[in-house]
Amino acid sequence: MFIQLMNSLALGMNLFIIAVGLTLIFGVLRVINFAHGSFFMIGAYVLYSVVKRTGDTALGFWGGIVVAMLVLGFIAWLVERFLLRRLYDKEHLLQLVFTFALVLIVGDLVKIIWGPLQHSISYPPGFGGATDLGISRYPTYMLFLILSGPVIAVSLWLILEKTRWGRIIRAARLDRQMLSALGVNVKAVYSAVFVAGAMLAGLGGALAAPRLAVEPGMDALIIIDCFIVVIVGGLGSLWGSFFGAIILGVATIFGTLIFGEWEIVIVYILMVAVLLWRPWGLLGRIEEDRH
Amino acid sequence: MSLLEVDNLHVAYGKSQALFGVSVEVSRGELISLVGRNGVGKSTTMRGIMGLNVPNRGVVRWKGEDISGRDPHLNCRDGIGYIPEDRRIFSDLSVWENLDVARNYNATSTADSNIAKRWNEESVFTLFPELADLRNRKGGVLSGGQQQMLTIARSLMGNPELLLLDEPSEGLAPLVVSRMREGIEQLKEAGLSIVLAEQNLGFVLALSDRVYVLEKGQVKYSGSAEDLKNNIDIQKQYLTV
Repeated sequence: MFIQLMNSLALGMNLFIIAVGLTLIFGVLRVINFAHGSFFMIGAYVLYSVVKRTGDTALGFWGGIVVAMLVLGFIAWLVERFLLRRLYDKEHLLQLVFTFALVLIVGDLVKIIWGPLQHSISYPPGFGGATDLGISRYPTYMLFLILSGPVIAVSLWLILEKTRWGRIIRAARLDRQMLSALGVNVKAVYSAVFVAGAMLAGLGGALAAPRLAVEPGMDALIIIDCFIVVIVGGLGSLWGSFFGAIILGVATIFGTLIFGEWEIVIVYILMVAVLLWRPWGLLGRIEEDRH
Repeated sequence: MSLLEVDNLHVAYGKSQALFGVSVEVSRGELISLVGRNGVGKSTTMRGIMGLNVPNRGVVRWKGEDISGRDPHLNCRDGIGYIPEDRRIFSDLSVWENLDVARNYNATSTADSNIAKRWNEESVFTLFPELADLRNRKGGVLSGGQQQMLTIARSLMGNPELLLLDEPSEGLAPLVVSRMREGIEQLKEAGLSIVLAEQNLGFVLALSDRVYVLEKGQVKYSGSAEDLKNNIDIQKQYLTV
């Protein structure tokens, strides 16, 4: 039971890191980024490539995570600067089609570069064993995943609430045109937010790699989970995706334990229940007209 | 040379044309007003100057340079402040945060201008002491008058040389309107040039150097505030409801 609960949290916190990037991008850019799962997948593959070259060293693993984030930041900058930027004033459908096209392109590129087969990554040195928590022993790496979630949530919260950059991002969420008339280069803000969101997806992908098979198709699975998390939590809400991720983690692990292959039904029933009760999500807000 | 020169400005919202050749001039230190009934193009003229709507014909010149259709944030950094009719306070941000977001580290305007004053929290709180006690309050919970003060203060944080001030008295109680009038007089004394859009004729005549009367997206009359005060025909034709 304790182990299952811990597994739920590990899964949830990993999902949170990915979903929070999606919700951040949506909150500011108002773009629903289907390619977020693709960014996650690239993160995992880049880590795999780095670790393959360096061998199973601590530097290879942790350095690989940094490399994965940088690669995604660069890809996201290119995508935003030269493609997505042209679509902000267009209808939402075009944006959806565009990010979906990215999914297909990245999916094929990944197969071309890394092949169709599964790859695996070992736990980083020092994280392969289990830690004694008193009640029970628990895999150290999973424990690390559980702790990484709150650290990232609090860091993001501090950035959003306590820095000028964060205040500008919050203002851009409310009224980007007014912000622009106050001298802020809103295009640069959009670019930065998209890059930051993609880097979070890359971080999530790299951190998830040791507990998953790195293979084509991992993008599609994660993006569905991410959408459930942000819809349950409320689109655009940082803490919403934090709690949404925990809920989904618990529903997935305990759903499988109790209902077996019917687990997925439980997850969707849960989502429907939340949406019937609060159509804007647990911590979301009712949308006002935006300029 | 005029500080701002708007020449034959045409602006459309999609397919509906809102301005048909508006020309306005503002000299340094001047306060001019755009008056007219609802929907005659006062706000659109300001949006066109600021770059929020790209003009489809005509030219906006700022210190002699053509800035038509330039990105609003560049116009702001160059010294044009925009204060919208509906105030557009960032409702989730505190009063102080609203000011901080608008702080303009890249302002180029004061470098070569004769405006000695650089605005900061302290000086805007001196102008509107009412805001000082509310600095940690969320913008969304302020009263209409407080929001109007905040939107002016916020724009000042960018150190503008010219303010585009859209209907500052709208929806405010008479006492607050006279408070707003005081504030605008102080800004003018501080050396700011101001373009004011207003429906409240008393307010306009008391503050303005010159007045432009708009109707159906065109300037129908322009002259000193004194002349308009005495011209009952124009007032009847274009300003009474």
